[in-house]
Amino acid sequence: MAGLNKSEFANPVINWIDTRLPIFTMMQKEYGVFPTPKNFNYFWNFGALAMVNLMIMIITGIFLAMNYQPNTQLAFDSVQHIMRDVNYGWLIRYVHQNGASMFFIVTYIHIFRGLYYGSYKTPRELLWMLGVVILILMMATAFMGYVLPWGQMSYWGATVITNLFSAFPIVGPKIVTLLWGGFSVDNPTLNRFFALHYLLPFVLVGVIFLHVAALHITGSNNPLGIDVKTPQDTLPFHPYYTVKDSVGICVYLIVFSALVFFAPNYLGDPNNFIPANPLVTPADIVPEWYFLPFYAILRSVPNKLLGVCMMFGSLLVMFVLPWLDTSRVRSARFRPIYKWFILLWVVAVVVLGVCGAHKPEGIWVILSRVSTLYYFLHFLVIMPVVGKLERPLPLPESISKPVLGGRGGGPMPAGAAAKPMEKA
Amino acid sequence: MADSSAAAHHAAPDGVTKRDLLQLIAGAGAAIGAGAIAWPLIDSMNPSKDVLALSSVDVDLAPVVEGQGITIVWQGKPIFVRHRTATEIKEAQDVKLSQLIDPTLGLDKERVKPGHDQWIILIGICTHLGCVPLGNKPSDPRGEWGGWFCPCHGSQYDTSGRVRHGPAPLNLALPPYAFESDTKIKVG
Ligand code: HEM
Ligand code: FES
Repeated sequence: MAGLNKSEFANPVINWIDTRLPIFTMMQKEYGVFPTPKNFNYFWNFGALAMVNLMIMIITGIFLAMNYQPNTQLAFDSVQHIMRDVNYGWLIRYVHQNGASMFFIVTYIHIFRGLYYGSYKTPRELLWMLGVVILILMMATAFMGYVLPWGQMSYWGATVITNLFSAFPIVGPKIVTLLWGGFSVDNPTLNRFFALHYLLPFVLVGVIFLHVAALHITGSNNPLGIDVKTPQDTLPFHPYYTVKDSVGICVYLIVFSALVFFAPNYLGDPNNFIPANPLVTPADIVPEWYFLPFYAILRSVPNKLLGVCMMFGSLLVMFVLPWLDTSRVRSARFRPIYKWFILLWVVAVVVLGVCGAHKPEGIWVILSRVSTLYYFLHFLVIMPVVGKLERPLPLPESISKPVLGGRGGGPMPAGAAAKPMEKA
Repeated sequence: MADSSAAAHHAAPDGVTKRDLLQLIAGAGAAIGAGAIAWPLIDSMNPSKDVLALSSVDVDLAPVVEGQGITIVWQGKPIFVRHRTATEIKEAQDVKLSQLIDPTLGLDKERVKPGHDQWIILIGICTHLGCVPLGNKPSDPRGEWGGWFCPCHGSQYDTSGRVRHGPAPLNLALPPYAFESDTKIKVG
């Protein structure tokens, strides 16, 4: 396979590099002319947004790490030092803190897109499973990051989450001791959490590379869920989707900035302004909002081991989705029955989130049990059964057909789209 | 491609299109945005407020006997405070500018505060590559000129902190300081 690359770049410097290391040819192929379905809606922005978000987290994280001290005696104060003394430290920390929330908002929408438009189905199973790995790594990273400021919520969150593993018989307590590096959450725990919190985002970069590599083999799904058939069904990624993604990034940054500059502590917990105290648990202990649905699943089961298993199961079930869904139609747009079930699943997750934020009493117990039941019923029963029974709506012949309003596949999609703009 | 023919349609006679302008504006906007994002990150690496707050230290000179020097820390840097003997002062004052490697602030009277000839206060960092020269303690090697001797590459300074033997190119720097009383100075 050895041999120089025949570069087509005119610039002599680029050409010289590209001949020896064809990164420019690769970028041109994967992000320049890459044929992309021409009917994406804005849901298809969220992968790119997640990528931008990850970069923001890594960059702000590195600058935070320059001033943070991973030691139980110093951690809390070093974070206050970042907020008060370091130039723009408040900005860097608020961006990192709210960036985690933005990351989950973006990723949850990204996952919903996949669920609704059937992006997990063949041939994108592996792409989807890599996505689930990404989600789990993200959660681990976010959890360990939240421990670092060493406030009350950090400490007690760390205690509760690590104790989840104690539910497993025999090995449970040994695992917990191993995680702690001692007999309670303490300095060794904080040290290793910092090391891992720094490491995992770079592991994420690696897995996301595979995720995108797999995407570029299968090609993107689209809102119709049908395969690309002819070049008329696609547009080159640049400039069409680079521009569409840029629009999305602008809106995303506006929302992000609003959060950072006008409500930086809105999503946080006031208890984390109190330094960690291993002898006093705060009265209202709740996880960050993005873990609430899983927290509610955990609490909805009155048995320790079963609760823990259900909580982990709610994530792991995602891995087998491609095989639980028996329908051959991807997009829920053409699945008149399933469409309502998947939307109901979204409602169940939101209800679980609300339940997770309330004390497990009265109505909240009932609601969280019903929603947990539906969460699993949806994947394990409804998906396989409805896929078999449902009669899907007729699929369009091609992606071009409905785009051109039934006027037949025209050869000039861009020209057609440009017309109204010229008038304006 | 479809878009290039559309662009050609709008082209002005000189070949400049509307798209060129849009591209320039978008590029400029992105560059300004990137700069605005980069600045807070870069500035966060500058000294923080608590570091800047450590900008001055008070030194009590009373315990420093003649012939001896002490080293204090100001902004993380060693500051030499030396109580010179009468001979050392005389040696320092008798040097002519033409004898010096670095004649800037070369006269001894430019290097001490008036009326306090016995006190020489210097930033104790060799102007070659940043080592701390020896010579504060009478038992240290002080070099041929009786001031300081840098162990790293052998630079020598006289009793006024002027470089007399390379490789260091410059005299030891003077920190900003003032006498608060005859036995007290404030550095910074
Ligand atoms: C850190 C997080 C993630 C990043 C940076 C990321 C990045 C991307 C990018 C850039 C794309 C292509 C653009 C797009 O279609 O929106 C993509 C597609 C995809 N992602 Fe992710 N992703 C992340 C997390 C996830 C997760 C957690 C899942 C699922 C559990 C997932 C499932 C998918 C699927 C199935 C596709 C193909 C979508 C299609 O073509 O319809 N991703 N991802
Ligand atoms: S650092 Fe002093 S002589 Fe080189």
